[in-house]
Amino acid sequence: MPGTQGIKQTKKTIVIMGCGRVGGKLAAMFDAAGHRVTVLDLDAYSFRRLPPTFSGTALIGNGTDEDMLRKAGIESADAFIALTQGDNRNVMAAQIAKHIFNVPRVICRIYDPLRKDIYEHLGLESISPTEVFADLLFNRLEKI
Amino acid sequence: MYIVIIGGGKIGYYLSKALLNQGQEVLIIEKDLHICERLENELGSCCMRGDGCETAVLSEAGLNRADVLIATTSHDEDNLVSCQVAKHRYKVPRTIALINNPVNENIFKKLGIDATISVTNTILEHVEQEIPAHPLVHLLTMKGKMEELIELVITQDSPALGKSIGQLHLPDDTTIVLLLRENEKPRIPGADTILRENDRIIALTTTNSEKSIERNLLG
Repeated sequence: MPGTQGIKQTKKTIVIMGCGRVGGKLAAMFDAAGHRVTVLDLDAYSFRRLPPTFSGTALIGNGTDEDMLRKAGIESADAFIALTQGDNRNVMAAQIAKHIFNVPRVICRIYDPLRKDIYEHLGLESISPTEVFADLLFNRLEKI
Repeated sequence: MYIVIIGGGKIGYYLSKALLNQGQEVLIIEKDLHICERLENELGSCCMRGDGCETAVLSEAGLNRADVLIATTSHDEDNLVSCQVAKHRYKVPRTIALINNPVNENIFKKLGIDATISVTNTILEHVEQEIPAHPLVHLLTMKGKMEELIELVITQDSPALGKSIGQLHLPDDTTIVLLLRENEKPRIPGADTILRENDRIIALTTTNSEKSIERNLLG
């Protein structure tokens, strides 16, 4: 079938740090789309968020630890996404992925919009959920 | 000098105390209200409450006129971010980060932190120096490079005993810079200097060559 072949050709390796609501959901989505997914979290209990059909790897460990990232397959990863609760942890892990392991695409969540601006300026692709959500609410409520 | 210290823990506290005694202008930024109050009571008004990674706090602290920022929290990632924000946003000329996990030393260097102090490695170096039986002691690691100064003691089992320095198969990146012998003045040894028992050698080398030196000189 041409459809399945298409998926096979573009099968990517994705490392996600943090298996919270967003991390768990994202991991499940990439997994369902046929990609190779590894999700890292410090707490094994977080992995309950992964669906029973999840066929990727769930690893207990710290994503700011070089050795742990290597174990998670960062060296051959196509994308790394940092989604823990701590902005600084995300920033550090994302920089390790980008500058030490040269992962082609690195995205990092930074809650603090000011810190986000600084790191964007330093070339780190980042998203601030604070900004995104505030914008969303504002746009919806503007037309009351 | 205006020195900003992030984190009022044990290291931050004693460091501030010492720097204040030297007559420096010191400001500690600390998240915890109780720690802040205690520091103010003990050291006078030199503490500000806030998150040392947040630009609003750092602006209020007048970071743009700071000469040095020292990040001393127990979280490496927080120290990294404080230093990076200070360097790139406020152009602080010198940033120093404390490192708890020694593995991070390399990472911090690659990410542009001027100086790092690895607590674990520093203690380890001292432990090695304090244990007399240890044949190879790390004296100093050169900043930013792989180079280091080491000290070796020639024992009666050493394969280098009775040989001249020229006969030793030293790696290319290694130079013996000093020979310390009892009852003699410290001197720079020549290629024909014969090594005796209890000679102490100071050598400049790299971490990569350490193993080969250990094999050649200590067996």
